[in-house]
Amino acid sequence: MQTQILVQLIILLPLAGAVLLGLGGLFIPAIRSRETLIGSIGTAMVVIPFICAVMLFIGFDGQASIVHLFTWMSAGDLTVEFDYRVDQLSLVMTLIITGVGGLIHLYSIGYMQGDPGFWRFFAYLNLFIFAMLNLVLGNNLVVLFLGWEGVGLCSYLLIGFWYTNRENSRAANKAFIMNRIGDFCFLLAMFMLYRELGSLSFDVLLSEGPGLDTGVVNTIVMLLFLGATGKSAQIPLYTWLPDAMAGPTPVSALIHAATMVTSGLYLLARLSPIVLAAEGIMVVIAIVGALTAIVAATIAITQNDIKKVLAYSTVSQLGYMFLAIGVGAFWVAIFHVMTHAFFKGCLFLGSGSVIHGMHGVEHELVHGSDHEGHNHTLDPQDMRTMGGLKRFMPATRMTFLISTLAIAGIPLLSGYFSKDEILFQAFSIMDQNTAAIFAWVVGIVTAFLTAVYMTRAYVLTFEGEPRWPHADTVTPHESPWSMTLPLWVLAALAAGAGFVGLPAVIKHGEWNLIHHFLGSSYGGPVAEAAVESHVSVATEWTLLILGGLIAVAGVGLAWRWYSKEGLAFDEKLKARFGGLYRLAEHKYYVDEVYDKVIVNPLIRSTTGFFAPFDKFVIDGIVNMVGFLTRATSFVFRYVQTGVVSTYATGIVIGVVLVIALMLFGL
Amino acid sequence: MEMTLNWYLTLSAVLFTMGTFGVLFRRNVIVILMSVELMLNAVNLTLVALSQAFGDPSGQILVFFVIAVAAAEAAVGLALVIAIFRGRMTIDVSKIKLFRY
Repeated sequence: MQTQILVQLIILLPLAGAVLLGLGGLFIPAIRSRETLIGSIGTAMVVIPFICAVMLFIGFDGQASIVHLFTWMSAGDLTVEFDYRVDQLSLVMTLIITGVGGLIHLYSIGYMQGDPGFWRFFAYLNLFIFAMLNLVLGNNLVVLFLGWEGVGLCSYLLIGFWYTNRENSRAANKAFIMNRIGDFCFLLAMFMLYRELGSLSFDVLLSEGPGLDTGVVNTIVMLLFLGATGKSAQIPLYTWLPDAMAGPTPVSALIHAATMVTSGLYLLARLSPIVLAAEGIMVVIAIVGALTAIVAATIAITQNDIKKVLAYSTVSQLGYMFLAIGVGAFWVAIFHVMTHAFFKGCLFLGSGSVIHGMHGVEHELVHGSDHEGHNHTLDPQDMRTMGGLKRFMPATRMTFLISTLAIAGIPLLSGYFSKDEILFQAFSIMDQNTAAIFAWVVGIVTAFLTAVYMTRAYVLTFEGEPRWPHADTVTPHESPWSMTLPLWVLAALAAGAGFVGLPAVIKHGEWNLIHHFLGSSYGGPVAEAAVESHVSVATEWTLLILGGLIAVAGVGLAWRWYSKEGLAFDEKLKARFGGLYRLAEHKYYVDEVYDKVIVNPLIRSTTGFFAPFDKFVIDGIVNMVGFLTRATSFVFRYVQTGVVSTYATGIVIGVVLVIALMLFGL
Repeated sequence: MEMTLNWYLTLSAVLFTMGTFGVLFRRNVIVILMSVELMLNAVNLTLVALSQAFGDPSGQILVFFVIAVAAAEAAVGLALVIAIFRGRMTIDVSKIKLFRY
């Protein structure tokens, strides 16, 4: 009973917030400027669900419980219940979403200050939290799909939040359309599951799904995976995520780093017993994940926009998670989802704080009266005009540094444990699975690249000397407490969260809390591959030390390169790698290829064929209907004489006819 | 000669037909209204006659309702006629034809 109330609160409060702020802001323009009020309501509507989720977590007894709200639809054999499922997996996801989400709401109060769309922003954010909670708590694929589409919609609305800039709405459209491709595959997978099993509830899917024919399971899992590549930005559908950085930075942190992009992983982890039954597709998932990880990591090294670096970093880390799923380590993927939410959320919020500061610099350069050069324009996101920010923004710098080290995988920080666990899982099944060798090697290389590009971003932003014009007189300021507090909390989590997943060498994995919580071998909902690891303790230690060394080497080398030579080192890299560097700098020309192969032919065929078809055939039919109506009425309208006697005569003739029929029966 | 039911019914039919033709062919709205009244009373006559023949008083009760409604109808109808006349200075139905093609 208590569970019921808590789940209802968790689900409904963000919705109430979205409706309240959205309608209130829409119809009562006077409250649009009450930013403290709007921000507090928006934040409370996420923080209270977080408290509820913590209470659920504390009272959780290890048994999945279903909360039934109402029957959504019932047609023939298909019955869709509005049910929510509280189990280990959905609890972990709910805690991440509401916890990180609450912090980012708080941060947004400071970041969005003075924006005319302040109310709209918080309404969208709350709506997003509602949709995301539906996604992870739903007990059947239909409710999950409702959330899936809901987060896609909110992502679209928030990427295009500053819609007066055409570039932003273009990015929003791109994200939405790319996601539709994935969603279509997900829908097909749902149809197939329904055809095979006659139900979309997780209880049925998980118990009967793995027993299906291999061919059918392979098709379904492949379609699910394609759906996940759209939402979770994997090859071939990842190109929308870097463009999605057009949205406000808290959006990038919440939607495009911590929560929404992990929903594909959640989907696969939720259906893990079915995914495990499709061994061939698991290989595909592992390879795609590894490729995405390394492709995005190489691009990230060459980017100069601080948010672009983080965006490609996110794609790369998501690749890691898919790699984990591909080698059958679903719980590790969720573990990395969690640690990634902390450090990447912190990094994005930190970059937002930097952008906030640089915005102030730009403002002063353009409007300041004590400078002769009034025409300085400055891109507040470009790392080439930053540098030396650690003196001006100590809190931002410190938290950014902690998260950088965490994502790089410096030992004892959270990223170290989750990333090494992924690599270890890939290593442990190498003897049965050749794809795992590829995945492991690529994973190691990517780990090094990750350390390099993140250190590069940190050093270029915070170390060295300021590079913006008039740096001696114009300085940025540290952000307000509502922005630095979330940074500190997330940085603390990024540093410490790894200890819930201590590796197997310590007490034989007995202290690996998250594995014990999620893994099916301990009664959790996330299935595990039935392979026994044949890796000796000595090898495990070696791998752990290797992982740590790679991270330290990456950070150390990049630190030396970039703190000594700064931007000049990029030129050196360019000279050294030539074509390879240019290839990565231009994102492997993937966007251009998509434009050439898909977008342009589509546009050509629509202008060449479909536009005339629409104009002449479709419009022709509509016009024909109108013309026929006019033509008939041209004759028949003369019946309407307007004289009452005529109508009365008609009535009498009709009555006489009817009576005649009744009497004489024709 | 005895007054059988048929006499009443025949009279009623004649009155009703006269009323109908009055409605259809007269142009003066007031005459049309009077013709409608004639039709109503023809029906009333039928009702009373049949009520008497079958020994069932409900027909006669119905007649009271018809008379009441007819009174209301006459009042409203005449008010309309006056209103139209004030506007158009005519009560010829063949000349009142606003709603035509």
